[in-house]
Amino acid sequence: MFPVGWRGLLSGVDGTGGIFYKREFEPHDKIFRFEREQGDMSTKTQSTPASVPSKVKSTLIERLDALYEYDREPVHESKLQGWRTFIAMFSSEHIAGTEFVLGTLLVLHGVRAVDVFGGLALGNLLAVLSWAFMCAPIAVKERLTIYWQIRKIAGPYLTVLYSGLFALILCLLAGSMVNVSTTAVTLPLGIASPNYAAGQTVPSVPWILIAVGVGTAIAVLAVLGFERLAHFAKVVAPWMPFVFLSGAIASLPSLGVTGLGNFWQIANEKIWTGEPYPGQMPYRFWHCVGLAWLCNIAQHMGMGDVTIFRYARKWQMGFCSAFGMFIGHYMAWICSGVLCAAFVHAQREAGAAAPNPTPGNIAMFGAGYAGIVCVLLAGWTTANPTLYRAGLAFQVATPNWRRWAVTLAAGILMIVTACIPAVLHYLDRIVAYYGLFFMPLGAFIFIDFWLFPRLGLSRYYAERRGLRFSWPAAIGWFGSFGICFVLYAKDQYASMAWVNSYLPGFLSRYKPDLFLQVLPAWLIAIVLYTVCSMIQQRLHPLREEQTI
Amino acid sequence: MKTARTRILQVISFAGLGLSIVPSFLVFGGVLSKELYFHLMTAGMLMWFSTAVFWIRKDHLG
Repeated sequence: MFPVGWRGLLSGVDGTGGIFYKREFEPHDKIFRFEREQGDMSTKTQSTPASVPSKVKSTLIERLDALYEYDREPVHESKLQGWRTFIAMFSSEHIAGTEFVLGTLLVLHGVRAVDVFGGLALGNLLAVLSWAFMCAPIAVKERLTIYWQIRKIAGPYLTVLYSGLFALILCLLAGSMVNVSTTAVTLPLGIASPNYAAGQTVPSVPWILIAVGVGTAIAVLAVLGFERLAHFAKVVAPWMPFVFLSGAIASLPSLGVTGLGNFWQIANEKIWTGEPYPGQMPYRFWHCVGLAWLCNIAQHMGMGDVTIFRYARKWQMGFCSAFGMFIGHYMAWICSGVLCAAFVHAQREAGAAAPNPTPGNIAMFGAGYAGIVCVLLAGWTTANPTLYRAGLAFQVATPNWRRWAVTLAAGILMIVTACIPAVLHYLDRIVAYYGLFFMPLGAFIFIDFWLFPRLGLSRYYAERRGLRFSWPAAIGWFGSFGICFVLYAKDQYASMAWVNSYLPGFLSRYKPDLFLQVLPAWLIAIVLYTVCSMIQQRLHPLREEQTI
Repeated sequence: MKTARTRILQVISFAGLGLSIVPSFLVFGGVLSKELYFHLMTAGMLMWFSTAVFWIRKDHLG
């Protein structure tokens, strides 16, 4: 899912994803150089204990700037990359441990076969078009990272907030990856994974101990061997799609599929039946579209991937994202759906009352020990860089801490998350929240680039005026997310139902799901940001020397 | 230029990938038992990891 790989950090949920962008393009020695600088900073900070709060605030920004210092200048032409690089990167990046979860969730939510095949195709197509027409063109013209783009538009305070919140979501996503890997380790040991749908909201003590072990190993390895693990992750990537595909094909006969002739019929009757499992809300075509489009929205419409596409020779290389989407978020999700249905069917045939289709269980069912290894590695190779980057981001705020201590502290948060079964159960919702929350900043970059000059507004206004805080960006960011959340929550949570009585009729009748809010959220964000920017720039026009 | 050693490693790697996909079609066609398929998947995995790690290059981009 998320491009959260070495392959795509700040990536991610794929992320585990990501958002998070420390991809292959950024040589790791930059990180080590940064760490050395951090060491120097720590020394300086320790020697000046009389730091006042305002000083702390300014150094926080300085430290964050230092982290990205080596990316401050646009990419030089000699470092541009061709098609093969981007095809390989996207192909390998978007298969993660969470693919085993999201394909399964679609089955549990009772989608129909046409929803999956058609909805995911449309959603992934929209994602590819978003990369190609929104993200890549700006990336190749500006050739700056997302960090510096946001910094120029929103000012350093909001950029620090963005980075901090992003580090937190990285820990959450890394935790879901550890959870996935743990299901693979516990299965051969005979320890049952928690079945959240059956009411097991807390794992057993042995399961927690295994999760702590897996999480600790990941945290320690993130501290010790980042580069070697990055290489290993690259080796794992080409093999994983084969395991997904193989497991699904080999599982089809157990569902009664004998050939292409009866595949569609069986798919509708036994896999994507249209009937949600107990406790799950029903999903349909547009949910599939929204999930496929939303799960990487922080990267495409949210512009996170300007960080990697700044290395592209042409904006058309944005279409390379199709390789990632249609291997990872189409083929792999469909395959994990088949694996889930086949596992549940076999368990029920064997008399099990409440089958538990964890990643470990369905992979073991479909591909044996190779499947188990696939789940373990898919979770591990994506959790590791995610945690590494989270630790790096947190270190900015804790300069006196040693690097290993910060990473292990982030690891504790990751392990706690891994021990909450609800995280995997609601992973699709978490992904939707995360996408909607971080997307508006990318919308500002898009509008600042394309629309502002046409409206006679100044680009990079915050940077040119030396503002530390851009209130139009703050209103656009939190306003967009807040409005979309309230419109969703008013019909989902009883405590929010009162909102309906204050809304005009058409809005109280509007009952959108999170997955259906991509366009409304984007439009609200750009309208709020543009209107507020017009007011701001009308009130405080740039002086002549600031327009250069 | 690729050395002979690299070529041999690549052949084994791709054979491993082949073993990771072809048997599933044989299971689907009813030619292969699922138990044997599991063994072949494991063999394919071992072939891939024991060789690919030597010829897939580290990244030196940027």
